[in-house]
Amino acid sequence: MRIELQKRAQPSPLFSFVSPLLALVLTLFFGGIMFWMLGKQPVDALYSFFVEPLLEVWSLHELAVKAAPLILIGVGLSICYRSNNWNIGAEGQFTIGAITGSILPVLYPEWHSLMILPLMLVMGMIGGALYAGIPALLKTRFNTNEILTSLMLVYIAQLYLDWLVRGPWRDPQGYNFPQTKSFVPEAVLPEILDSGRAHLAIVFALVAAVALWFMMRFMLKGFEVTVLGQSERAGRFAGFSAKRMVWFSMLLSGALAGLAGISEVSGSIGHVQPTISPGYGFTAIIVAFLGRLNPLGIIASGFVLALTYLGGEAAQLSIGISEKVSRVFQGLLLFFVLSCDTLIHYRIKIVTQKLRGGAAHHA
Amino acid sequence: MLEAILLTVITAATPLVIAALGELVTERSGVLNLGVEGMMIMGAVVAFAATQITGTPYIGVLAGIAAGAAFSLLFGFLTLTLVANQVATGLALTILGLGLSGQIGESYVGQPGIKLQPIEIPLLADIPLLGPLLFRQDLIFYLSIALVIGIHWFLFRSRTGLKMRAIGDNHASAHALGINVIRTRYLAVMFGGACAGLAGAQLSLVYTPQWVENMAAGRGWIALALVVFASWRPLRVLAGGYLFGAVSIGQLHAQAFGIGIPSQFLSALPYAATIVVLIIISHNRRTTMINTPASLGKPFVPER
Repeated sequence: MRIELQKRAQPSPLFSFVSPLLALVLTLFFGGIMFWMLGKQPVDALYSFFVEPLLEVWSLHELAVKAAPLILIGVGLSICYRSNNWNIGAEGQFTIGAITGSILPVLYPEWHSLMILPLMLVMGMIGGALYAGIPALLKTRFNTNEILTSLMLVYIAQLYLDWLVRGPWRDPQGYNFPQTKSFVPEAVLPEILDSGRAHLAIVFALVAAVALWFMMRFMLKGFEVTVLGQSERAGRFAGFSAKRMVWFSMLLSGALAGLAGISEVSGSIGHVQPTISPGYGFTAIIVAFLGRLNPLGIIASGFVLALTYLGGEAAQLSIGISEKVSRVFQGLLLFFVLSCDTLIHYRIKIVTQKLRGGAAHHA
Repeated sequence: MLEAILLTVITAATPLVIAALGELVTERSGVLNLGVEGMMIMGAVVAFAATQITGTPYIGVLAGIAAGAAFSLLFGFLTLTLVANQVATGLALTILGLGLSGQIGESYVGQPGIKLQPIEIPLLADIPLLGPLLFRQDLIFYLSIALVIGIHWFLFRSRTGLKMRAIGDNHASAHALGINVIRTRYLAVMFGGACAGLAGAQLSLVYTPQWVENMAAGRGWIALALVVFASWRPLRVLAGGYLFGAVSIGQLHAQAFGIGIPSQFLSALPYAATIVVLIIISHNRRTTMINTPASLGKPFVPER
């Protein structure tokens, strides 16, 4: 038995829509098998993982809290990946954005002003953008592979954060806990509804997604992203500069990751501590692909991946499965998304009749 | 003292060298597998688990190799058969590997492991300094040296190696000449996976004989950088691996002596060094172009 691919003349519109859904179904199926192997009743386990979190108001708020950074980072990454710039260091840009955004509330804890929050958000975005600017500079100036440099910078950012909160930024009255003073109320991102914890970050995420969708669909810049991503040579003929695109996409995604970082620290945590993210920057890569690199699709996929985090926590409480299961789900999901995407561009034929050796090439 | 430091450098360098060599072979065939970190961590956890179950570290080593190779098959199926994007699939492999290994290893956290014991080579082991360093080592170290020599010979002296390099440089021409591109690439990917698995086994059976979640700690990514650093040449992988081993051990000793620099900054050194090295090696666009396998990362669908 062999699998043969036949290139479609046009990408299939049907499968463009169906493939992410198919990937979800396959993930659930294999997830069920995994639960069964762990000795749990698969249907019950899947129910408490993926349905129960949706039944209560407070957990819907949690869903929005977790979806916000995923969507913010994911839409930024989608512009990078569309333009063929492989920023995989969003986790580091998130961390640095959280740090630079927290400078004011940590160093001037007595400053009560309505100005503080907007300044924090802007500084977080600048910090994230500058940190993403490092791989951009190295790629444009020294031709250095941005995949490896952006990833190495993640480790460096996390160690820097660790040093800050255990050293100069540690709250002297904090009983030796490695964390900063709690932010003043003016420096905390406000909640949007009275019924729960969801804060403004989800609004930022939706605005960013719609704005980038508009850019990709209706603006020349969006066309430039697509053309340069598909063929740098074709882009040059159109007068587009690949180097400028490296800068544009990296700074944009860095700024959004930075915004996600400061929003998380300000809105969800309330102070800075050694661990501020359960891997949002990496999970956002899955979000971007599950959303088929389309900003509107990423809104939906952001909520799906947020559900895997919530489900992991819920399943740990209700059926005693380690929350590490969510990482497995996330990995499986990305695998299935990538395999199902093949259906969009190719017709898949399964050849059962065995051809004799060598004939395959010339048939 | 010197001997002890050099010994730790060798132990730190060995997994980097092995994983980088495997990835080098994969990339020479034109496939970019960014999942080294994931395959490595799977190798580490499976090797540890198999050792705990059987009580024999050698079975652990075999299991680690098998786990890495099996895990790489997932990548192979997606990128070679289904022509999925290699960068994204490699990332998927790393994410899945980190998750699965955490799940598999959960019950092993905190358990004391069984260390792979050194094998003494008679006579040679008695040479001062060199003896204990090179001839009183564990099996995986000897394998790493054998792999460097073997892969160098395979790539540049054997007919199959020549064919593989041809595929990496131009898969369409190689296909036209009747070389089976996809099959060769499957084998190259699996070899890379097996090496990453072996490197992982070294971590959990030699370097720190225990299971700690996420214990690869970016070594898979450093191995990827090493391949670029080595301009896809096995002997340079050996040199680069030992350079990185020295940096990471150097910073550990600096931390122990307490030289006044915060430990976090010292821990960041290997990662910073990777970036610096990448800058130095890539800034000359021409040499990079000449050294990189020309089909690296490009999808291939055979014409029928």
